Amino acid sequence: MTTTSPFLLETRGLSAWFGNAQAVKPTTLGCAANTVTAIIGPSGCGKSTFLRCLNRLHEEVPGARAQGEVFLENGPVYGPGVDPVAVRRKIGMVFQKPNPFPALSILENTVVGLRLAGVRRKNVLRELAERSLRLAALWDEVKDKLDQPGMSLSGGQQQRLCIARALAVEPRVLLMDEPTSALDPVSTARIEELVTELKKEVTVVIVTHNMQQAARISDRTAFFLLGEVVEFGETSRLFTNPVDPRTERYITGRFG
Amino acid sequence: MERHFDASLRELKEQLLGMAGYVERAIDNAVHGLQGRNPAKIRSVYEIERTVNREQVTVDESCVRLLALQQPMAVDLRLIVAIIKINTDLERMGDQAVNIANNSERYLALEPLKPLVDLPLMFDEVKGMVRDAINSFVRRDEALAREVLRRDDAVDELKRRIFTDVLAAMKGDPGRIDAGICLILIARNLERIGDHATNIAEDVVFAVSGEDIRHARREAP
Repeated sequence: MTTTSPFLLETRGLSAWFGNAQAVKPTTLGCAANTVTAIIGPSGCGKSTFLRCLNRLHEEVPGARAQGEVFLENGPVYGPGVDPVAVRRKIGMVFQKPNPFPALSILENTVVGLRLAGVRRKNVLRELAERSLRLAALWDEVKDKLDQPGMSLSGGQQQRLCIARALAVEPRVLLMDEPTSALDPVSTARIEELVTELKKEVTVVIVTHNMQQAARISDRTAFFLLGEVVEFGETSRLFTNPVDPRTERYITGRFG
Repeated sequence: MERHFDASLRELKEQLLGMAGYVERAIDNAVHGLQGRNPAKIRSVYEIERTVNREQVTVDESCVRLLALQQPMAVDLRLIVAIIKINTDLERMGDQAVNIANNSERYLALEPLKPLVDLPLMFDEVKGMVRDAINSFVRRDEALAREVLRRDDAVDELKRRIFTDVLAAMKGDPGRIDAGICLILIARNLERIGDHATNIAEDVVFAVSGEDIRHARREAP
């Protein structure tokens, strides 16, 4: 049976465990196409685990498992016959610390996903690399040094290189797990600007500890606490007039 | 958990309340000065209003500083936004007190038009609104704030009565038009103070509940 959902990415009763410990309680959330959804909450609330369930990275941890359903464009992300690698091509991810491949050049880092997907022709790779680097707002800074190591870039540039690498395989969704927590304010601002630009191309789900960041760049925000979504709604409403007193306490820094 | 921010907010509220105290005194002195035919009391309003102006700047500076440094959210954000607006309304009330003082000085220089009956009633009503608006802010009392809004109609009715009476007196004796105009202006000044009190009450409802009720009352079916 198929149902048409207004959401590009949707979870229904998604739960996650590490061994016997439940990290995420049944969660039902939907992200509309070309929007940015922010996930906020205190450390250990399950927000990163939830994010990693969306592209089946969670199950790569020994002893970890997920239950429930995730749909991308109405197609199941979990289930028999679904290849997790194919899922991750459609749902890309950027992590807290920039992680370019140390042995690879800027160009090679950008197209590594395409190479793994079987793209061989140099001119095609080069063209797609330029497109991705432009999307990641990095092209102008690296176009004259594409053969230099990815690690030669600054932290902020490395993170944008990782974003370019994720975008190269043309995903539908980009998951970002605290992508600016290791960056200075200028690099952070650039990534935030970039996220707002990128939503024309992809749907973004971002985990952040920085509430001002969530407020600045997201359309909707989910507040996680102890493994469950306490409140999910329009960002502008959630930060000015939250419904749940726990959200209120958290975003005003009264937790303790 | 008490935050450092809570101490700053408390200080800000106290600043605002101090200013509200000056505004209430300015209004009192203007009207009591008129009723008691006491020019010194009336003139005291001008000095009080200068203090109110200085306080307004201080409160605004504190709000801007807290917005910039604390980047408040939710109830904290609504409180500071409300204080910025209440601050403006208080300062304008101070201006209206000065207008009442000006008109009263002019009136006292003329032959009295008639015994003041409705004007003291109107003053009591407006004074009560101002007091309750400020109290609703102090106590975060949404019900009291909404009560202030309902009292606005009584003030409008008293103003209408004063206008009718004074106009009748002026028509009977054109030589008393100057005095009549003074009383009409004073009634108008008091009405404006009542309007500022309702603005404050609306801001209190917003700060407490997040609901924006401006324009909702008169536009409701």
